[in-house]
Amino acid sequence: MMTAASLAQSPASSSLLEVEGVGKRFGGFIALDGINLSVAPGERVGLIGPNGSGKSTLVNCICGTLHNETGTVRFDGHSLNKLESHERTYRGIARSFQLPRPFVTMSVADNLRVPLLYAVHTRRGRHLTIEEADARCIELANSVGLGAKINKSPKDLTQIEMRKLELARAMAADPKLLIADESMAGLSDSEVGEIVEMLIKLNESGITIIMIEHIMRAVMTFSQRLVVLVSGKKIADGKPDDVIRNPEVERAYLGQ
Amino acid sequence: MKSPVFFLVWIVVAAIVFAFGLYLKNDYFFFAGYTVLQYVVLATGWNILGGYTGYVNFGSAAFFAMGAYASVVMHKVAPLPVPLLIIIGGIVSGLVGLGMGYLTLRLRGAFFAIATLALAVVLQTLIVNWDFVGGSRGAYIIRPNTLDIAGLQIPYIEYLFALMLILAVCALTVARIVERSRLGFGFATIRDDEVAAEACGVPTLRLKLMATTLSGALMGMAGAPFPYYIGYLQPSSAFGLEYAVNSIAMPMIGGTTSWVGPLIGAIVLGTLQQVATVTISSAVNLLIVGLLLTGFVIIAPNGILGLIHKFRGQSDADKVGRRVIRETP
Ligand SMILES: Nc1ncnc2c1ncn2[C@@H]1O[C@H](COP(=O)(O)OP(=O)(O)OP(=O)(O)O)[C@@H](O)[C@H]1O
Ligand SMILES: [Mg+2]
Repeated sequence: MMTAASLAQSPASSSLLEVEGVGKRFGGFIALDGINLSVAPGERVGLIGPNGSGKSTLVNCICGTLHNETGTVRFDGHSLNKLESHERTYRGIARSFQLPRPFVTMSVADNLRVPLLYAVHTRRGRHLTIEEADARCIELANSVGLGAKINKSPKDLTQIEMRKLELARAMAADPKLLIADESMAGLSDSEVGEIVEMLIKLNESGITIIMIEHIMRAVMTFSQRLVVLVSGKKIADGKPDDVIRNPEVERAYLGQ
Repeated sequence: MKSPVFFLVWIVVAAIVFAFGLYLKNDYFFFAGYTVLQYVVLATGWNILGGYTGYVNFGSAAFFAMGAYASVVMHKVAPLPVPLLIIIGGIVSGLVGLGMGYLTLRLRGAFFAIATLALAVVLQTLIVNWDFVGGSRGAYIIRPNTLDIAGLQIPYIEYLFALMLILAVCALTVARIVERSRLGFGFATIRDDEVAAEACGVPTLRLKLMATTLSGALMGMAGAPFPYYIGYLQPSSAFGLEYAVNSIAMPMIGGTTSWVGPLIGAIVLGTLQQVATVTISSAVNLLIVGLLLTGFVIIAPNGILGLIHKFRGQSDADKVGRRVIRETP
């Protein structure tokens, strides 16, 4: 799929993710209107915006769950436009879903095993041994506090535990870029603290993270950079402290 | 149990069943048994797509018929031994499955089911209008009454029965291998949530094509020896409603998540239908299936397997989990 031409076009800049003029409509409704966003390797980016501003739609376009109608998404310098969702996962993009989508006939451990068997396996070109995979499932479950539920069915989990499973399953794909779409809604203060801490640790181990969140305390602790979407447009992008003091942001988002 | 061991164990079971038939000295055992075994293969094939990936195929009769008509064509062109016909029937129906997969790649749920039904109607229309295989009148398949194997005169029906036994063991082994492999794991993610599966790196479209092909091939293999069994093949019998209905009902009644389900379903329903045919009339067969299916859908939606799990008090995860992790570090 890579041609010399597209290699030559790839930006010389060192960004990991490059979103250029991405647009998406649902019928006549413009959900994303020419979004530009560039994320450097190792960055922690917070993505905020009012309900329905297009955050999840942007994630879907980056991950290939939806295909953008205009613009380009580049990852590691390569255009992703023609790639299916699973191919993007092989290349190192993993996401959690805002509304949890667990595999309901599988145990928690087996849910975590799916990315291990498919994404990680395909990338490394070799099977993890059963023991390696088990150990990794346990490690992942423990990291989100689901260690005791590892053999349970997702049907036995609470909504909050399902969110944790979502996050762990995205982490299981061993991504370069992790996108967490409202992983913390409904969590207690201490749990939010734990997850944020975990995400920061994960980031320090080299994983770039985009976090979508309505809980401002979490966003401000986590983000090195803050991006604001309103009605499908990016209205601010910069240092978190500057962004939340931006009058346009206050008017469009925080002040409402 | 490792797959080769599993295969050998079931071959031994098959040999015992065959020996039992010889001991009975009753042709009816072989005639009826053939039909039941044919349903074991058909149901197992259907379940690879319908059970493992959750794509309900209403066109099973077409796959069965394509296998049967492949044999009719070969019979007219270049008669071959039935084991080779089974392989050819498998290839033909496997290709039909692959084609169906391509045509319906983006269809889900009811739309997929309707498309498979439409495909069956189209294929039946083609066969009805194809004079070479007898069109709507059908085709006679002249076969010997006995087969000479190493100087031994074996009644042809016993030969067909033995072939179907071996085919059934092969089908069950394949289904079990798929179920326990990375492939089967991927199939299960498709059944549960395709979008999430893609996000986890599962190439869902490719896996779906593999499922439609493998499922189609097994159902075609079930049909390949059929013209030799029945002696006179008509489109209306090859595309019979009972194949479409039974291949769905048997896994549903047995349980769709494991290779055991279609086996149980086919033996229970298949035997019941054979008994009903003798004692009442073959006309009640579909009625029996309909009543049982309705009953199961209401009372035990996970089939007989689901009931067994319930009585054993297994938790959901034990039932569904491929591996239960016991140790915690
Ligand atoms: N599949 C779809 N079909 C039609 N409209 C959609 C679809 N998905 C999203 N939308 C619409 O697009 C807009 C953006 O939705 P999106 O889910 O991206 O918002 P969001 O920023 O993630 O909001 P929230 O904070 O509530 O999660 C909304 O108005 C939504 O109704
Ligand atoms: Mg959202």
